[in-house]
Amino acid sequence: MPINGNEEFRPKIVAFCCNWCSYAGADLAGSSRLAYPADVKIIRVPCSCRVNPMFILRAFEKGADGVIMCGCHPGDCHYSTGNYYARRRMTLLFSMLDYIGVEQGRTRVEWVSAAEGVKFSATMNEFVEKIRSLGKNVRLEDLRCRN
Amino acid sequence: METSFKSAELIREISGVNPYKCMKCGKCSASCPSYNEMDIKPHQFVSYVLNEDIESLVNSKSLWKCLSCFACVERCPRDVKPGKLIDAARQVVVRQKDQDYLSPNEIPELLDPDMPQQLLVSAFRKYRR
Amino acid sequence: MQRIGVFVCHCGSNIAATVDVNKVVEVIKAEPGVVHAEDYQYMCSEAGQEKIAGAIKEHGLTGIVVCSCSPRMHEGTFRKCAEKAGINPYMVEIANIREQCSWIHKDIEEATKKAVILARAAVAKVNLNTPLKPGESRVTKRALVIGGGIAGIQTALDIADAGYEVDIVEKTPSIGGRMSQLDKTFPTLDCSACILTPKMVDASAHEKINIYTYSEVEKVSGFVGDFTVDIRKKARYVDMTKCTGCGVCQEKCPSKKGLSEFNRGLNKRSAIYTPFAQAIPNVPVIDTDQCIKMKTGKCGLCEKVCQAGAIDYTQKDEIISEKYGAIVVATGFDIIKLDQYDEYAYSQSKDVITSLELERIMNAAGPTKGHLERLSDGKSPKNIVFIQCVGSRCSDNRGKSYCSKICCMYTAKHAMLIRDKYPDVNVTVFYIDVRTPGKNFDEFYRRAVEEYGVNYIKGQVGKVAPQPDGQLMVHGVDLIDNKQIKMEADMVVLAAAIEPESSVRKLATMLTASIDTNNFLTEAHPKLRPVESPTAGVFLSGVSQGPKDIPETVAQAGAAAIKVVGLLAKDKLLTNPCTAHSDELLCNGCSTCANVCPYGAISYEDKQVNDHGIRETRRVAVVNTALCQGCGACTVACPSGAMDLQGFSNRQIIAEVDAICR
Repeated sequence: MPINGNEEFRPKIVAFCCNWCSYAGADLAGSSRLAYPADVKIIRVPCSCRVNPMFILRAFEKGADGVIMCGCHPGDCHYSTGNYYARRRMTLLFSMLDYIGVEQGRTRVEWVSAAEGVKFSATMNEFVEKIRSLGKNVRLEDLRCRN
Repeated sequence: METSFKSAELIREISGVNPYKCMKCGKCSASCPSYNEMDIKPHQFVSYVLNEDIESLVNSKSLWKCLSCFACVERCPRDVKPGKLIDAARQVVVRQKDQDYLSPNEIPELLDPDMPQQLLVSAFRKYRR
Repeated sequence: MQRIGVFVCHCGSNIAATVDVNKVVEVIKAEPGVVHAEDYQYMCSEAGQEKIAGAIKEHGLTGIVVCSCSPRMHEGTFRKCAEKAGINPYMVEIANIREQCSWIHKDIEEATKKAVILARAAVAKVNLNTPLKPGESRVTKRALVIGGGIAGIQTALDIADAGYEVDIVEKTPSIGGRMSQLDKTFPTLDCSACILTPKMVDASAHEKINIYTYSEVEKVSGFVGDFTVDIRKKARYVDMTKCTGCGVCQEKCPSKKGLSEFNRGLNKRSAIYTPFAQAIPNVPVIDTDQCIKMKTGKCGLCEKVCQAGAIDYTQKDEIISEKYGAIVVATGFDIIKLDQYDEYAYSQSKDVITSLELERIMNAAGPTKGHLERLSDGKSPKNIVFIQCVGSRCSDNRGKSYCSKICCMYTAKHAMLIRDKYPDVNVTVFYIDVRTPGKNFDEFYRRAVEEYGVNYIKGQVGKVAPQPDGQLMVHGVDLIDNKQIKMEADMVVLAAAIEPESSVRKLATMLTASIDTNNFLTEAHPKLRPVESPTAGVFLSGVSQGPKDIPETVAQAGAAAIKVVGLLAKDKLLTNPCTAHSDELLCNGCSTCANVCPYGAISYEDKQVNDHGIRETRRVAVVNTALCQGCGACTVACPSGAMDLQGFSNRQIIAEVDAICR
């Protein structure tokens, strides 16, 4: 989507992936050569429950346009219950973000297993598309961080 | 070349079928009630689309011998649905005549009196449950 | 400040073809803390590792970033390399620029940019890394094998022969599994029972093997080297220590309406039963749904006739708790339900059967005593049709997407056996492809065609229509002849797809072992670690991992066993040092972290703290690092920010976020 008519908008997207399912799913997407935009950068965490809401706020503050968190499917968490905590925390956080003006579309939780390379790639494509359509995120951004 | 590719593309678009999924098991031909009347057999529809030989397909007898009973669509293990391909080819012919549907006057000459009418069979299919 | 070295791998052309590695090296040199950066063709090779070791010494590096493949692949390699060169292995971070960059992007400029950002994130993290030291945990020198089929039996035997104790948990009343239901085996046509029963006897007689039949795993806790497993021993209503296996109770039992599970429901069995004559243990169980005594209170005939006094109607399920160092899943398979395949008339005609049912019919101990006959009228069939790939290789929602792998071979076996025993019976096989990779497998299939005159037709069957006279009309096609075929058959045999045993999903959840969309257990690496689950200490044996035949199952069982033995042979295991720890100055002792910890690793202690000169006793959280698995749930739950996770600390992750968003 062109901004100011010339430059293509390339969003900054942070993806938190749990080590056991989603990071492996991302690896599978890679080894199956399933492309998704380079705008997505993955951060490896041991479990989706390690993702502190603070990290997501920090990402937006530093100029991220979207944040996606991927974990094991409910019931399949490597640590048995981590993704349940993550799900609850994110539901609260996202509704709060929505309230302060960061649209629901900019945040997402997706369950991706180690065998779901196809799903990982499709999800990322979809998410980037969504962020592109939403445009640049201006809420929460610390303007001093902009270079 | 160009036009044959386009018409093959059109068939794929209308039918919504991905012919590459076919594993050539032949279950469609085994299921087809009008197999013996057809010059191009149901399992061959797929390769005609893949080879972009739509001209042969639209000129075939099969186009009008297919009952649209959709037995092949129901039973295809690969979701290829050859019945939908032939349905799409039929659409192409009908549209070339610059109209959206067959006029009732045209139907009798296209139909074999020994075979159940497509409309009738289609109605069976649509309202059977 | 760290002194960081960045090493960019070409991975041949895997990375270098899409990422401009020279540029990555050049740009990353400007990052804070980076004192050295270089690229090399294969960092994981010996020469590559020497480069890293050399640079550590030459530049006095304290942290390493390797830009290469996924950390799941070579993190261990590079950590070992760093350790050898004298720095803490946990000072190594990997930037994944292969799976998550070069392999998914085509544009060189774009991929290079992303690679730089990923490298920056890793550098930012390493800047905050601290040396970590793994702890130690003990290993319980005992293994659990779940499933008592050929896979489980073989795994148990191999582990036990290496000198370790093994428990087998089998949910049916006897070990033996699917293989015990087979009549003959391909490609040698030797009798299945003749090769299986000696193994069953070996397993039950082995002093290191303990078998729990009619039992199921109820709960699993703990971790590699130290699992605690609750096993439910279902009530047999027969005292195993007293029963002599004489079988009189089964003869005298007046309730004979239960369907024999072993014979796939093709005939009846008594309410008190052993699944088959060679069952191990040879101790019957009472089916409470069928037992007259259980239902009405009257009868008790088995108790009266049992001279050993082994019958005990008051028995209850018993749950025992055992400790294990390793767990092997060998739960096996079943065939799919065919109610979705109406066109083959499986539910409409008794003469349309599955291959497993044919296996029982052909077996001398089966419902027809081994005579090939129609189940509807007992007549000998003259024409038999086999239909391949029923529910296998389907991409619709009815069947399975995979090839069941064993059907081509067992159908050739069935066809051959029938033609051999009944030369006047015509056998026709409708196939899509004949897949016979395996030693002597294709020769076996060709023998069926060339020597036994089995008629193979390429083309799937569309429909089987039962006729009023009981015959079956088969609508098929011959794709080579381009002819539609309508033929009458007396019997139709369906090669139904196999699927993992239904209980495996629940089990996988208990073990936190990964499972795929088809319910097959996932291996740690599809090529290089095929018998291990990604969950440490859990191993895979047999069809629970993917379709395979008996020789492959036995081979995999042996492979799983040696992995278990390799684990049990260790006295101590190094634990993951990435554990949580609490800052006692920040902790307010609220117990929130303990409530979310799935391992019970957090306890509270009254500790003397010195808070800016104020000495006082406070109740603070203490993490037991031997129990902590490092999930990080507590770090987010902690309201005062006292809890943090080593190796994935708040500051480290935030540094990564900052580097990516910069």
